[in-house]
Amino acid sequence: MALYHNEDQAMLADTARQFMGEEGTIAKQLRHWRDKSCKDGFGHALWKQFAELGFTGILVSEADGGLGMGNVEAGIVLEEIGRNLTPSPFLTSSVMAATALGGGNDELRGRYLPGLLAGDSVFAVAVDEGPKHRPERIATRAERAGNGFKLTGQKAFVVHGGSADMLVVAARTAGADDDQDGITLFAVPKDAAGLSQDAVRLVDSSMATHVKLDGVQVDADAVIGEVDAGRALLNRVLNAGRVGAAAESVGVAGGAFDMTTTYLKQRKQFGQLIGEFQALQHRASHLYSELEIARASVIKAQQLLDAGSEKAELMVAVAKAKAGKAASLAVKEGVQMHGGIGMTDEYDIGLYMKRDRALAEFMGDMYYHAERVAQLSGY
Amino acid sequence: MSDLDAFRGEIRAWLEENCPPEMREPARSDDDICWGGRKFQFKSEAQKQWMERCAAKGYTVPDWPKAYGGAGLNPAEAKIWREEMNRISARPPLSSFGIWMLGPALLKFGTEEQKVHYLGQIARGEIRWCQGYSEPGSGSDLVSLQTFGEDKGDHWVVNGQKIWTSYANKADWIFCLVRTDKTNKYQGISFLLFDMESPGVSTKPILLISGNSPFCETFFDNVSVPKHQIVGDLNRGWDVAKYLLGHEREMISGAGGNDRLNTIGAYAKRNGLEDPLLRAELAMFDVDALAFSAMGEKFLDEIKVGKAHPAQPNMMKYAGTELNKRRHELLMATGGSAALEWDSEGSGRGSKARTWLRTKANSIEGGTSEVMLNVISKRILDLPGA
Repeated sequence: MALYHNEDQAMLADTARQFMGEEGTIAKQLRHWRDKSCKDGFGHALWKQFAELGFTGILVSEADGGLGMGNVEAGIVLEEIGRNLTPSPFLTSSVMAATALGGGNDELRGRYLPGLLAGDSVFAVAVDEGPKHRPERIATRAERAGNGFKLTGQKAFVVHGGSADMLVVAARTAGADDDQDGITLFAVPKDAAGLSQDAVRLVDSSMATHVKLDGVQVDADAVIGEVDAGRALLNRVLNAGRVGAAAESVGVAGGAFDMTTTYLKQRKQFGQLIGEFQALQHRASHLYSELEIARASVIKAQQLLDAGSEKAELMVAVAKAKAGKAASLAVKEGVQMHGGIGMTDEYDIGLYMKRDRALAEFMGDMYYHAERVAQLSGY
Repeated sequence: MSDLDAFRGEIRAWLEENCPPEMREPARSDDDICWGGRKFQFKSEAQKQWMERCAAKGYTVPDWPKAYGGAGLNPAEAKIWREEMNRISARPPLSSFGIWMLGPALLKFGTEEQKVHYLGQIARGEIRWCQGYSEPGSGSDLVSLQTFGEDKGDHWVVNGQKIWTSYANKADWIFCLVRTDKTNKYQGISFLLFDMESPGVSTKPILLISGNSPFCETFFDNVSVPKHQIVGDLNRGWDVAKYLLGHEREMISGAGGNDRLNTIGAYAKRNGLEDPLLRAELAMFDVDALAFSAMGEKFLDEIKVGKAHPAQPNMMKYAGTELNKRRHELLMATGGSAALEWDSEGSGRGSKARTWLRTKANSIEGGTSEVMLNVISKRILDLPGA
């Protein structure tokens, strides 16, 4: 498959770019909700608009009423989200939770997917248990109790957890904390007894929670997929989240880069445009190269994932690490090249830096994924 | 089964039968490369067989038309050919500047007669070409070149000097930029072809820090070049050269489809890898290298359908060469003191150290990294005054 968007994908990209450029702008969304100290950190009206455009069901099968598309298409929307820093539950709900629910039975999909498709529901995914992404280690326990399971443990960095109607929780039904096997995914309703969440606002103004599961009782029908054999499904969820976050990073980087090159063509110092200085030209051109390469690694990973290739695992790690590296460079160069105004809240470039930092941690930073590249390559 | 699946089966069977086992491992150094040409000495019977078998089927230049010595493969088939070659780690049967550079230029700018004659020779490995571009006073600023061809009616008389001519002492013919009009800087250069055995041509190898001499100074003293040995129009050689520089930058960037999925870290581990910081550096490098291999694939895909930015080869050249220099820095670090050996048998006569030193030229030849960044600034980013 060629590593560029086909006609349908290019049309979707046009739609997403136009929509996000009009409705998802920093002024209308990010700053608006931030300045209101909104407890969700995003607007529900915009989420309904996502649904009207079909975005919420991009990864939901056609049989379930979705568009039945893949990670390439989800990534197209995410890149525009990144470019505009649009706060939305798209990545957690329509990419990760939708991927999880895709592995669930008819009843479960019937319970949750219509709300997602309509833009009425928000879902979150609770995997990590500490400040760094370490899904290999899952200590949260789910023990058989009555007609179902009782969940005990804690989860960290649950993005949109406080706004979510349902949390996809990865818990251990067998084995030791570091075992590969023995994992089960659960769909836990927000009002389940024993579930409590502490909401925290993050550096990028997004909202996340620390989740406590204190003997949370769920019925057997809350199980997504197979009991004890949820690791493969969890990996699918994580990989969709990783490549999705990588696509969003490319968008963040692209937005910061465009702002910065525009500024280089406007700002005058020493009687000339600062973009005329070769010191800045070379850094901008280096950054351009890094962004192009990151974008290539992301589309390659998306395609491999959609094709079910065995090489997808490695390339997803490469894409998350590379996009993280490139975006980090883009926002740092962006702030530096803007000079003093880059440090002000009034200018948007600093918002890109904050979003990049949060996205870098989400689903594993470049160090985590470089380590994965090493392990998957056998060293 | 689709036609392409059937084609893949054919290629796989043909390779199985025709690619000698010795040719199924990557070249260890420049010494293992088959360059062809009148002066070339095959290193082994297997190398000779492999080149000849491929040439007979057009597989030395698989995507060139059959009429010019190729196999006439379309882009999808050519990709399958590369994939199947990579699958068994087969070496390229023939490498040359004729294939990479002159060939594409002739396919675009050559006359029918030139294509049949020169491309056929290249495809069969009969003539080895070198490139006469840079001059002592014209490196990065190539268009200031001074080598002059004086019009003598049915021929030109060429005088001047080239430098950094790769393998000029081993080449049979040269494609050369020659000034044919002193009054016009850009539109006063012609693209000429001539035999290196022509009276008045001499070469002098330049000893490099690697201890090798892949480059020469090349001198032209009243060299006679017949008028039909011009590619493209008179004084429009710069168009050909620019087109060709794109190919050269692509080639140096390593975008030619080499399978780089064998990560450098995996290689290092076979030699013992105990230092955690070095391992971390290798992992970060492999992220960049694997991402760049996706970029190479994307770039080729986009070129095929005209989606690539015309100046994108400059980005590929910049990123690819900088990456390759880093690769060899890390290979030296993983090799430790064993990689320092210069002429021992066991070190392949210092192949690691020499290759490491050789790669330092990657970001100089064919346009320096700094020139590439200038071009990106001007043509892609449209920065002021660039």
